Amino acid sequence: MLNIKNLHAAVEGNAILKGINLNVKAGEVHAIMGPNGSGKSSLASVLAGREAYEVTEGSVDFDGKDLLDMSPEVRAREGLFLAFQYPVEIPGVSNINFLKTAVNEIRAYHGQPPMQAKAFLDMLKSKQKLMEFDANLMNRSLNEGFSGGEKKRNDVFQMAMLEPKLAIMDETDSGLDIDALRIVSAGVNKLRGKDNAFIIITHYQRLLEYIVPDFVHVLYNGRIVKSGTKELALELEEKGYDWLKEDIRLEEPVQ
Amino acid sequence: MSAEQDILQELAGREYEFGFETQIEMDIAPPGLNEDIIRFISAKKQEPEWLLEWRLKGYQLFQKLSMPTWQNFKLPEVDFQGVSYYAAPKNKVKYNSLDEVDPELLATFAKLGIPLEEQKMLSGVAVDAVFDSISVATTFKTQLHELGIIFCSFGEAVQEHPELVKKYLGTVVPQADNIYAALNSAVFSDGSFVYIPKGVRCPMELSTYFRINAKNTGQFERTLIIADEGSYVSYLEGCTAPMRDENQLHAAVVELIALDDSEIKYSTVQNWYPGDKDGKGGIYNFVTKRGICKGKNSKISWTQVETGSAITWKYPGVILQGDNSIGEFYSVAVTANKQVADTGTKMIHIGKNTKSRIISKGISAGHGHNTYRGQVKVGPNATNARNFTQCDSLLIGDRCGAHTFPYIESKNNTAMVEHEATTSKIGEDQVFYLNQRGIDNEQAVNMIVNGYAKEVLNQLPMEFAVEAQKLLSITLEGSVG
Ligand SMILES: Nc1ncnc2c1ncn2[C@@H]1O[C@H](COP(=O)(O)OP(=O)(O)OP(=O)(O)O)[C@@H](O)[C@H]1O
Ligand SMILES: [Mg+2]
Repeated sequence: MLNIKNLHAAVEGNAILKGINLNVKAGEVHAIMGPNGSGKSSLASVLAGREAYEVTEGSVDFDGKDLLDMSPEVRAREGLFLAFQYPVEIPGVSNINFLKTAVNEIRAYHGQPPMQAKAFLDMLKSKQKLMEFDANLMNRSLNEGFSGGEKKRNDVFQMAMLEPKLAIMDETDSGLDIDALRIVSAGVNKLRGKDNAFIIITHYQRLLEYIVPDFVHVLYNGRIVKSGTKELALELEEKGYDWLKEDIRLEEPVQ
Repeated sequence: MSAEQDILQELAGREYEFGFETQIEMDIAPPGLNEDIIRFISAKKQEPEWLLEWRLKGYQLFQKLSMPTWQNFKLPEVDFQGVSYYAAPKNKVKYNSLDEVDPELLATFAKLGIPLEEQKMLSGVAVDAVFDSISVATTFKTQLHELGIIFCSFGEAVQEHPELVKKYLGTVVPQADNIYAALNSAVFSDGSFVYIPKGVRCPMELSTYFRINAKNTGQFERTLIIADEGSYVSYLEGCTAPMRDENQLHAAVVELIALDDSEIKYSTVQNWYPGDKDGKGGIYNFVTKRGICKGKNSKISWTQVETGSAITWKYPGVILQGDNSIGEFYSVAVTANKQVADTGTKMIHIGKNTKSRIISKGISAGHGHNTYRGQVKVGPNATNARNFTQCDSLLIGDRCGAHTFPYIESKNNTAMVEHEATTSKIGEDQVFYLNQRGIDNEQAVNMIVNGYAKEVLNQLPMEFAVEAQKLLSITLEGSVG
């Protein structure tokens, strides 16, 4: 589904991603871990098409199409979803109208007619139930005055509504309380299927106990330096990143 | 960053939606301003002597007054002698039904999305359509008549209710208020007149659609609304204009009078031709609007959505004379390309326990300049006067500007005056967030702008709010790539 080859990207001339290779197949869940500032959110941003990032090398294939060639909204309509590390507030824009617009834009892209109000509300209700999402938040302005955790849950709820092929979740677990973490994870597990895939960025092994990944990758200094299965997360939890850093330093040519 | 650049580039390509012109034969006075022209206008309208005298006095004042100098933009030279001060459709008869109205005129309204017939049937809005200078259709008159409500053209009011006109004309906006008000009082063409009798709640929104349609004809409407004791009225004013080359001067005067326990809600959506991308050919909108809460517990509320005109210069204000009276001002003003808006309000607290509330939302794009200018004055007897002002500016791109000039003057130490102001840029983060959900730049900017203006749009009557939202979208259409 997603095939990243030797991806390099820079912000304002600073190289941030330095040769990422990653292959995600339908039905898989990949976890990406790594120390602060290693480039996890940058990778997510590049995939979603944030303009500040300049791709300097490499390619990304998304279901047979050149992802890097598409505008951000087209990537979204093609089925790429990013749950943001820091969802933004958009004052005065009603959450429900925003979602309806998003759903219908994506439908229009696929040649489907806009959803009727009734059908939309039915879908909204069933997804609210599925994700155990607070209906009151629906009637408020988009993320305006939401608590940190509420914003994260709102993003995950949008994910449920938009039914993406590939969802990238950037530290969705940070800021969630203990119950919310369990509920959100359960929701994500319900959304898992053989036709969609997840990339889950997290610092904590705990989330991966709920959402069990097929692969775990460690991103460090703009590169994936180690990949493994869920046991790798356990190992990281125990030992931290220092042992990896040392391995890498030994491997890297002296500058 | 580059999303904003796109916005800037594309804004230049924005076109005026209602660029067409109707071919109705006009009866136009020769250009120029002098006593004879004023006598001509007055005679055409078969006005009583006192009104002619009043016009002539206005003309004298106009000659004495000079152009204002305090505004935050360069006032263009206006050649008052180059303007024609009277234009009327040739067959100016009063129509009993819409069938008698010139079909081409009706087609014009249809193009604007204002089919009178449908309006009559569907929305319950009585429409007093002012086409250039003469009223051509007044609907729902009978229903209003039964309640004793007077809703007619200004000219008709002069003929049929001279005592009311004489009593209130010029009492809120004195002829000498400013040079444009003086000019208007000398040459005003037509406009609307509303009287709501004691204790009557007007059952429908009263609505007037203004159009400027005659070449090189200044428009000088005059509106007078009187809400008698315990009455209520909501009045809607909406404007569109066809494309043209010469700048057009528009200097209307609106006066509102609210007696004891009455309420007037006045809403405007203004979309006059803003000029091309260099600002050429746009309309100058120099309007004086003021209301007086004359009676105790009365309320006047101004809501305006200003998207058009090359220059907008207006400060709808409220004189809070009656004890416990309330004045409100809700405004969204958009400036794109080379548009200029210098707008705001005046709240004059005279009575005790008077309250005023000001919510102003400026939006600037392209090279647009948006100025909020607000005056809050508290007189010595205005014990416990309260004012709250919230004044926000939203910038799209970095070649536009927002300016805020609050003037606060309090002569009573029990008064409380609060002023809050913010300036923000449309965040790239916000646009990207919406992009990431499948929404393109243009619609994203739309959503953000409408969200920003929501507090004001919410004040508009439902059908008008929808129209206003559309207008904001049209105004910023093509603003992003
Ligand atoms: N606009 C920018 N200008 C310069 N450096 C930037 C910019 N944006 C990001 N960076 C840098 O890129 C690096 C990677 O940042 P990124 O947000 O991708 O890290 P992360 O792995 O998501 O970290 P965290 O775990 O803290 O979320 C950081 O060193 C950051 O400072
Ligand atoms: Mg991050």
